[in-house]
Amino acid sequence: MSWYDWLLGIDRRWIFLTIAIAVVIPFFAPLGLPVVVTPPVQNLYDAVEALEPDGKPLLLSIDYTPATSPELEPMSSGVLRHAFRKDIPVIVMTLHPAGYGMAESAILAAAEEFGKEYGEDYVFLGFQPGTSAVILGLGVNIRTVFPEDAYGTPLSELPVMEGIRNYDDVSLLITFAGWSAAEAWIYYAHQPSGQIVGAGVTAVMATDYYPYLDAGQLVGLLGGMRGAAEYERLIDRPDAGARGMDSQSVIHLIIILLIVLGNAAYFASRRARRLAQARGEI
Amino acid sequence: MRRQLPLALCFIFGVFTAIQYYVPHFRVQWFQERLLQWLMTLLAFAFLLGTVSLIKVHYHKLRDRAPDRGFSLVVFAGLFTMIGLGFIHPDHHAPGSPFNQMFLNVQVPIEATMFSLLAFYVASAAFRAFRARTLEATLLLIAAAIVMLGRVPIGDLISPKIPEATRWILEVPNLTAKRGVMIGVGLGMMATALKIMLGIERAWMGGSD
Repeated sequence: MSWYDWLLGIDRRWIFLTIAIAVVIPFFAPLGLPVVVTPPVQNLYDAVEALEPDGKPLLLSIDYTPATSPELEPMSSGVLRHAFRKDIPVIVMTLHPAGYGMAESAILAAAEEFGKEYGEDYVFLGFQPGTSAVILGLGVNIRTVFPEDAYGTPLSELPVMEGIRNYDDVSLLITFAGWSAAEAWIYYAHQPSGQIVGAGVTAVMATDYYPYLDAGQLVGLLGGMRGAAEYERLIDRPDAGARGMDSQSVIHLIIILLIVLGNAAYFASRRARRLAQARGEI
Repeated sequence: MRRQLPLALCFIFGVFTAIQYYVPHFRVQWFQERLLQWLMTLLAFAFLLGTVSLIKVHYHKLRDRAPDRGFSLVVFAGLFTMIGLGFIHPDHHAPGSPFNQMFLNVQVPIEATMFSLLAFYVASAAFRAFRARTLEATLLLIAAAIVMLGRVPIGDLISPKIPEATRWILEVPNLTAKRGVMIGVGLGMMATALKIMLGIERAWMGGSD
C-alpha cells in the first residue's frame, strides 16, 4: 500500500485521539504563549475603563447557554471582575432561559471575589421571554419589563436601581451571546435609543460582527476564547481564557497540518491514478 | 370576518409599531409600552406551547412503539425530573438546590461536551474534505489557514505578519461580503414585512392562501 492510500484510509478515531491528547496536554504542561491584544478587545476594555466608579451602572446581558459557556464564561467573568474592581454598579440580566443559571453563577463568583453586596453594588434581574420586546421595553421603562429582580424583590427596594428608568441611565451595555442576541441588542437598543453596546461572541460568530464594529454600532468585540484571553491580559488576571489559548494554538496547528497532509495525499493519489490511466493499467 | 379581522389587526399594529419611532408624544409611547407588555405575555405562552408540543410528539412515539422510542423516554425523564425539582424546592434557583445542582452538574457538562465534539469532527472533516480542487477552494483554504493561525498566540510567534493578514482578511474581504449579505437580507426583511402588513403575504394565517 502506498503512503497516500494509507493516509487517505486512516481510521478517523486516530484523528480524534490526536485532538484529545493535544487538548489535554497543554492544561498540564502550559506553554505560556504570549497573547497580543487586538483593537476590538482594547476598545471594549477602554469603554469599561472609562466608566465612573459609583456612576451610571453597566448593564450585562449574559445570553449564553451551557453549550457555549466554555468560550463565553471567561469573557463575562473578566468584564465582571473589571467592573467590580473599579466599583462600577452592575445590572445583570439574560434573554435566554438557560442563561439564568449561567448568569447567576458568573455574577455570584465575581461578587464573592470582590466582596460586593447584592442590591447595593449589583443586581440580577433574571430572564424575560421575548428578545426584541424585552430590549425595546428596557428603552422605555426597565420596571415594566422587570418589575422585580430574579428573587422577587421589587426594583424600587434595591438601592442600585435607584433613578434607573431606561437606557438613558445606563452607561454601557455588554452582551455575551452564542446566538443572535448581540444583533438584537444592536437593532433594538443601539439604533432607536443610541445605547452604547459591546459584545462577546463565539469565535465562529465573530466574523459576522465586523460590519457593526466598522460602523461604530459596537464599541468593542470579544471574539471567542482568544477575546477572553486578551481581556484577561488587559485586566492582568489570567484565567480560563488564557489557559485555553495553549490548547487552541496546538489544535489549530494540528488542523492545518491535517489539511496539508490530506491535500498532499489526495493530489499524490490523483497523480498516481492519472499515470496508471495513461499506461492503460486501469 | 375570520380573515379580515386578523389582517386588519396586523395592518394597524404593524403601521403603529413602524411610525411610533418617529412620534415621541407621551401617549404614543404609553401605548407602545402596553404593546410591548402584551407581546412579552404572548411570547411567554410560546414556552407552554413548545412544552405541550414536545410532550405530544414523544407521547405519540411511545404510543406507536416507534423504533427510536427509547429517546422519548429519556426526554420525559429529563423534562419531568427538572419540572419536579423546580416545584419541590421553594427557592429552586438557590445555589445548592436540587434544580440548580442538576443544571450545573448535568446540563452544563452535557451541553458543553456536545459543543466540544465539534472540534473532533472539524479536524476529521478538514483532513477528509478540505481539498484545493479549484481556485476558489484554494483561496478559501489559504484564508482559513491564515485566520486559524492568526487567531491563536502561536501565530504571533511564527510571524507578526500572520495576525496582520488575519486582521486584513476579517476587516476587508469578510466585512465587504458580510455587509453585502446584510443589506440584501435587510431589504428582503422590509419587503416581507410590508407584504405581511398589506395582506399580500398571508401564510402566517394558515391555510393555502
